[in-house]
Amino acid sequence: MRGRIAAGFLWIWRYAVAAIVLRLGRRRSVRREIELPSDPGAESWVAALLFGAALAGLAFVAIYAFDDADTQLLGLSIAVALALVAAALILAASLVVPQETLEEHRPPFADPEAAESGDPVEDAALTLREGSDGVTRRRLLGAAGAAAGVGLGAAALVPLASLGPAVGDRYEESPWKDGVRLVEENGMAVKVDDLEVGSFVTAFAEGADKEGLATSLAVVRVRTQELELPPDRADWAPEGILAFSKICTHAQCAISLFRYPLFAERSPGPALVCPCHYSTFNVLDGGQRIFGPAVRPLPQLPLRIEGGTLVAAGPLSGEVGASWGRVREEG
Amino acid sequence: MTTRRIFRFLDSRTGGAGAIGKALRYVFPDHWTFLFGEIAMYSFLILVATGTYLALFFEPSTAHVIYHGSYAPLHGQEMTRAYASAVNLSFDVRAGLLIRQVHHWTADVFLAAITIHLMRIFFTGAFRKPRDINYYVGLTMLVLAVLEGYAGYSLLDDLLSGMGLAIGNGVALSIPVVGGQLGTLLWGGRFPGTQDFFSRLFFVHVFLFPVLIGTLMAVHLALVARPHHTQFRGRGRREGNVVGTPMWPAYALRSLGLFFAVAAVLFLLGGLVQINPIWQWGPYEPYLGTNGAQPDWYLGWLIGALRLMPHFDVVIGNYTLIPNPFWGGVLFPGAVFGFLYLWPWIERRWTGDRRVHNLLDRPRDNPIRTAIGAAVFTLVATVFFAGAADRAFIQFGVSYEGQLWGYRAATIFLPALVFFLTRRICVRLRASGEHPGRGSDSVVVGRTTAGGFEQLDPERAGARSED
Repeated sequence: MRGRIAAGFLWIWRYAVAAIVLRLGRRRSVRREIELPSDPGAESWVAALLFGAALAGLAFVAIYAFDDADTQLLGLSIAVALALVAAALILAASLVVPQETLEEHRPPFADPEAAESGDPVEDAALTLREGSDGVTRRRLLGAAGAAAGVGLGAAALVPLASLGPAVGDRYEESPWKDGVRLVEENGMAVKVDDLEVGSFVTAFAEGADKEGLATSLAVVRVRTQELELPPDRADWAPEGILAFSKICTHAQCAISLFRYPLFAERSPGPALVCPCHYSTFNVLDGGQRIFGPAVRPLPQLPLRIEGGTLVAAGPLSGEVGASWGRVREEG
Repeated sequence: MTTRRIFRFLDSRTGGAGAIGKALRYVFPDHWTFLFGEIAMYSFLILVATGTYLALFFEPSTAHVIYHGSYAPLHGQEMTRAYASAVNLSFDVRAGLLIRQVHHWTADVFLAAITIHLMRIFFTGAFRKPRDINYYVGLTMLVLAVLEGYAGYSLLDDLLSGMGLAIGNGVALSIPVVGGQLGTLLWGGRFPGTQDFFSRLFFVHVFLFPVLIGTLMAVHLALVARPHHTQFRGRGRREGNVVGTPMWPAYALRSLGLFFAVAAVLFLLGGLVQINPIWQWGPYEPYLGTNGAQPDWYLGWLIGALRLMPHFDVVIGNYTLIPNPFWGGVLFPGAVFGFLYLWPWIERRWTGDRRVHNLLDRPRDNPIRTAIGAAVFTLVATVFFAGAADRAFIQFGVSYEGQLWGYRAATIFLPALVFFLTRRICVRLRASGEHPGRGSDSVVVGRTTAGGFEQLDPERAGARSED
């Protein structure tokens, strides 16, 4: 009887141990499923693919050396070499080496309850605090440190101002004033007789740097009777020739499109269009925006004709290029 | 034997054998969506390698030269040394064009891989604690990568890059109050700027940003490995474990295989598919422009935003406080990235969920998050397509102005529509337990005790496939 009870306890004991082992096992031990490779043929395939890659690599070298380095052949040969290596590796990964599924336990760092000894956060905070044990005037030192930081930070940032010049009262000097001649890209004066109705040429201020934003103009010609210029600009467009800054007032791309209707009754009127964001400016009324994101009108240049060539009759009517804070102030 | 000696050599000097041994056992859960991050990482390596080669030939100089290289149509043309050296490395350097085109294609793939990776992270909730810091690191890399790509194609000084820089300068000028100063500061003067600007752009593109991206990538990987990968729910998968293929040998081989596959595709593209033929655009001058100009794809949403924006500045008296390019060029991308940066915080505040999450959501598991993400994506995509409206006009003759008004309406209505549709679909899918991509028209049969067969009802079958 006692023996049976003892045996019963023994079994309970065994079950308890087994349960604890299993329970711990679920937490500690790592589950692992492994399957050894069983396809010897795959190894030959991998080897063949790698040899193929070697050949393709050598083909690249040969093309580079002998065949005048044709871009398409170079690209094709190196791509084939790389693709064969890729195929070999992927094949090897799934058929040549052991296939293994592993269970790993995550480190419990994000969970203070699961940390094994003590709370590392508390430990670290304590270590940091202990560094200032015995220091009496903490706030004074802290303030002094912050002041040093501000001073040094300012000193570190200020040299950045050397990067470029400051913006003055005017953003840029424009070369346009009364009497400046309009020239084409080759330096020849723009002739009135060369400009047909509906034509569009790019012109520059004579003697000025062509890359200066304010230098380039879009010069167009329309019929005189079409013009709807405001009264104060009535004499700015002799013989229907109008000149505008070529730089869009939205984001300063070059306005390289001129829309001139072939059949005025059915089409929208003549306009300059910027190809970047399609801001569209009516040339007839002095460059007012009719479509697109630009807000300011295109600056117009008053013209007069001297000896069959075009000459500026004054400065541009506004600031050239994209808008910024003081762009609307009168210069 | 040799392996053992190498390990012994290293371990006696670095004590690193334990770490290597652990790294070899690092478990990668298998899911195809996890590969986009790897594709981005491998693209970066290819960018560094090809970029190093290009830097051996490229000259970031605005000094003017007359072209006498082997591309006849440009003979006698005046251009900057930057543009001339880019044309020369395309035509007169053996394999130069191949490497240049691979570099450009890789940049586009790099940005695409990061974007898809980001969407995977967002829609599966992988940005939740403890990975929120790493999510910010990743987003910052995306911002840097966009700027890096822009700096790269702006360097060549061809017509398109110059137009892009003109817009970039206009956007810089549009920043309230400081814009005017900032524009001249960065460009060393008024647009188009000085030689200083090109030296700065070159330094930023070949050193500053690559180093920043590389450093953040190292941090990103460390922060992935420390809490280990996330995993989708499945048999035996819990918050506290990670089940998958260990690094060595199968995963290392597979991932290396992916690297070679990515490289193969990129070299195939670089060799066979022309990209950015700068000799056709010609050199840039501030007074030149061309119709139908498009940036690289990852800036398409910005050109779209600049084009869609109605024409208004904020003007106080004579002072232009906010010029128009600010809306599309700064505010819109700022708002999109602001949303992405703030989202983990918003979700935490809103749901009150501050727990650690190592198991991923399927998009349907969180209908609101998925619907909001889909709506924001729809907004960005609509603006992106609006940026291509000029191509639709040039190619198909669809009225540009009409398209623009259509897109303006779409940016308001489409995101709302997508929000409600997505939420509805998510809620339905979650309730039905069906998988939208798998076996929808099949039936599930079961064996009866009597030995016959019967069709099981779809609810139970769905519940089964969940196991």
